[in-house]
Amino acid sequence: MTLLSHRRLSNFMDLERMRQELLSLRVVLTKSIHVCTGPGCAAKGSEKLYELFCEAVENADADVEVQAKGVGCHGLCEYGPIVIVQPGEIFYQRVEEPDVPEIFRETILRGRVVDRLLYEDPATGKKAKKAEEIPFYKVQQRIALAYNGLIDPTKITEYIAQGGYSALAKVLSSMTPDEVISEVEVAGLRGRGGGGFPTARKWRSCREAKGSPKYVICNGDEGDPGAFMDRAIMEGNPHSVIEGMLIGAYAIGSEQGYIYVRNEYPLSVERLRGAIEQAKELGLLGESILGSSFSFDIRINRGGGAFVCGESTALMASLEGRPGEPRSKYVHTVESGLWEKPTNLNNVETWANVPHIINRGGKWFAGTGTEKSKGTKVFSLVGKIRNTGLVEVPMGITLRRIVDEIGGGMRDGKRFKAVQTGGPSGGCIPAEHLDACVDFDELTKLGSMMGSGGMIVMDEDTCMVNVARYFTEFLQKESCGKCTTCREGLAQMLYILDRITKGEGEVGDVEELGNLAELLEGTALCALGKTAANPVMSTIRYFRDEYDAHILDRRCPAKECRGLFRYEIDPEACKGCGICLKNCPEDAIAGERKAPHVINQEKCTLCGTCWEKCPFTAVLKV
Amino acid sequence: MADEDKLIEQIVDRYDAEIGMLIPMMQDLQAECGYLPVEHLRRLSVQLKIPLSRLYAVATFYASFQLAPKGAHEVTLCMGTVCYLKGAPRISEAISREFRVEPGGTTRDRLFTFQAVNCMGACAVAPVMVVDGKYYNGVTPASALDILYGLAKDKATAENENEI
Repeated sequence: MTLLSHRRLSNFMDLERMRQELLSLRVVLTKSIHVCTGPGCAAKGSEKLYELFCEAVENADADVEVQAKGVGCHGLCEYGPIVIVQPGEIFYQRVEEPDVPEIFRETILRGRVVDRLLYEDPATGKKAKKAEEIPFYKVQQRIALAYNGLIDPTKITEYIAQGGYSALAKVLSSMTPDEVISEVEVAGLRGRGGGGFPTARKWRSCREAKGSPKYVICNGDEGDPGAFMDRAIMEGNPHSVIEGMLIGAYAIGSEQGYIYVRNEYPLSVERLRGAIEQAKELGLLGESILGSSFSFDIRINRGGGAFVCGESTALMASLEGRPGEPRSKYVHTVESGLWEKPTNLNNVETWANVPHIINRGGKWFAGTGTEKSKGTKVFSLVGKIRNTGLVEVPMGITLRRIVDEIGGGMRDGKRFKAVQTGGPSGGCIPAEHLDACVDFDELTKLGSMMGSGGMIVMDEDTCMVNVARYFTEFLQKESCGKCTTCREGLAQMLYILDRITKGEGEVGDVEELGNLAELLEGTALCALGKTAANPVMSTIRYFRDEYDAHILDRRCPAKECRGLFRYEIDPEACKGCGICLKNCPEDAIAGERKAPHVINQEKCTLCGTCWEKCPFTAVLKV
Repeated sequence: MADEDKLIEQIVDRYDAEIGMLIPMMQDLQAECGYLPVEHLRRLSVQLKIPLSRLYAVATFYASFQLAPKGAHEVTLCMGTVCYLKGAPRISEAISREFRVEPGGTTRDRLFTFQAVNCMGACAVAPVMVVDGKYYNGVTPASALDILYGLAKDKATAENENEI
């Protein structure tokens, strides 16, 4: 292996030869343990599991041929840490450190399945041995995430063995830049970062733009709260992004690329950096790639923790070492972007789709999806849902199938209220529109948007006014302050929403919010401001009754807004255990042991400690 | 003083004194010092031949830059949508109440710096809190306080050992 990894590939045949060699080596190793080290599983301690499996592999008898690898996100984060054992693709969930020796002994050495670690269907009680038997995976279709969970993202050899960089070889050896752009056009690929702009059109404009050098940028500043699709791709399969950028750069005529990664994603930076280094060693990045006349290099820049830098012109300002303030776009960035040169910016997921389109053809890609939205889309499916995680679904699937079939329905038997898509620029879609399908234009019609792929499910306990307030506060804090409507308009909207959630709303507030929203949409400088009112307007559109309840009745129907509901103890359910009394920071609870307790409403500050601590759910919100 | 000059020189060389790499340079400086000391920034501005005000503009625009030293530990609480819905504001309140520190601030004894960030991308296991790079998932107000009391206890033990 070491011999292979240090050889520079000087032509297309070398790449294919290397792939064949890697495949033949792999035949020997039929046994492998894949430990998920994605964001969710890593947060649950999977790095340690990986170390333990590596130790077990090292200490095993010499005749046991097995390897352990840390792989990217499998998707079903809710049940993490996830470990998959080959052969048999045995899917173990919620694996803990003490399970490691058992898995190694039983499954690796004796070929037996450890039954208790298998996924069990909560509805039927049926156990699933492989991922594909689990409903969560059945409906999914993976393109951008195809190799996530299969390959070790720290080894370029794993990517190459799966056919990685063959799309690059194909492009360099047999396609003109125009043919590449046409193929992407046939695929109907649209930008996955949120706007949904046709990728091929952007590439062509940049190719035709005057000026040199030209730049390509990968936007990995995944700022939407509640979204981690790009993180999972950058960390789970960084080479797919690099290969996509290489192909785009060739089509556009660029020699320098940048990947802009969020400051909060240190592991993404590490993985990409390692991947770039390895690609350089093999001659897949740098001068005369694969012996051709095409040269391309990539630099990584870390963001500084500013949401607005996800906006293309702000991102470019940041790359120039300035505060990330957007500019108006009457001159497009494809003509004058970074350092006032033609610049093509695409999102991580968009780039990751490109190698697949080249390898399998634009027609194949366009075979999935709706008339105007082709291919698949990755979503981070999170919130008050049973199966939280990362999912990739064909465009055109209904929201209902995502929530019910993949997500497994609501958690704790609660009622569905809304699904929020599109991050802070998106909106909340209520139950009556759950049969709408995932499609750029359809979601926009509903007052939301596709966005980069956050999908947050909310239940009856979520106050929609508070959700609107949350996003408005988020955007108000993140507004760069360059244009007046965004800086002042959002502050005013937040002021009004704050009053409403405190029970100080007035008749006419909702209309005032509408006026401000219109002003923002019409006059703000960049997409952050233009779309900032979406969360407010979509909640007013579908949940006007909740606004009215806050304003007219001084009541929060979801019982979330402090001051607009009370805590009371249900005397029937209270066992008089005294836990609430002991934990109340204000001494507002009284009662004898083993007799129902009472809350003194005058003293109560509504901190909710009693509600949280009560083991018998006797504390109620009324 | 000579050390400071050397550090700045190293950082500037690392990026070939390219102004476009100002943010990475400042990130490296912060990684080295824990924050952005004014004297270092002044030297950096001299080396790059750009006004100090521009460095200040950058340092105050981006949330990740700090102009004051941090506490011994770094506590980051995620306030992304999912963490928010699942109770992060209550965790933040509990920490503020118990340790008398607001998000963005440092405790008076410099035990920890408390940051609230927008999203850490670990939404599937929300609410999430990160202490010195270690992730804690499914955090509650009570468990968050336990973790932080753990830090205070470790500190007390270490100090006692030093006295002995």
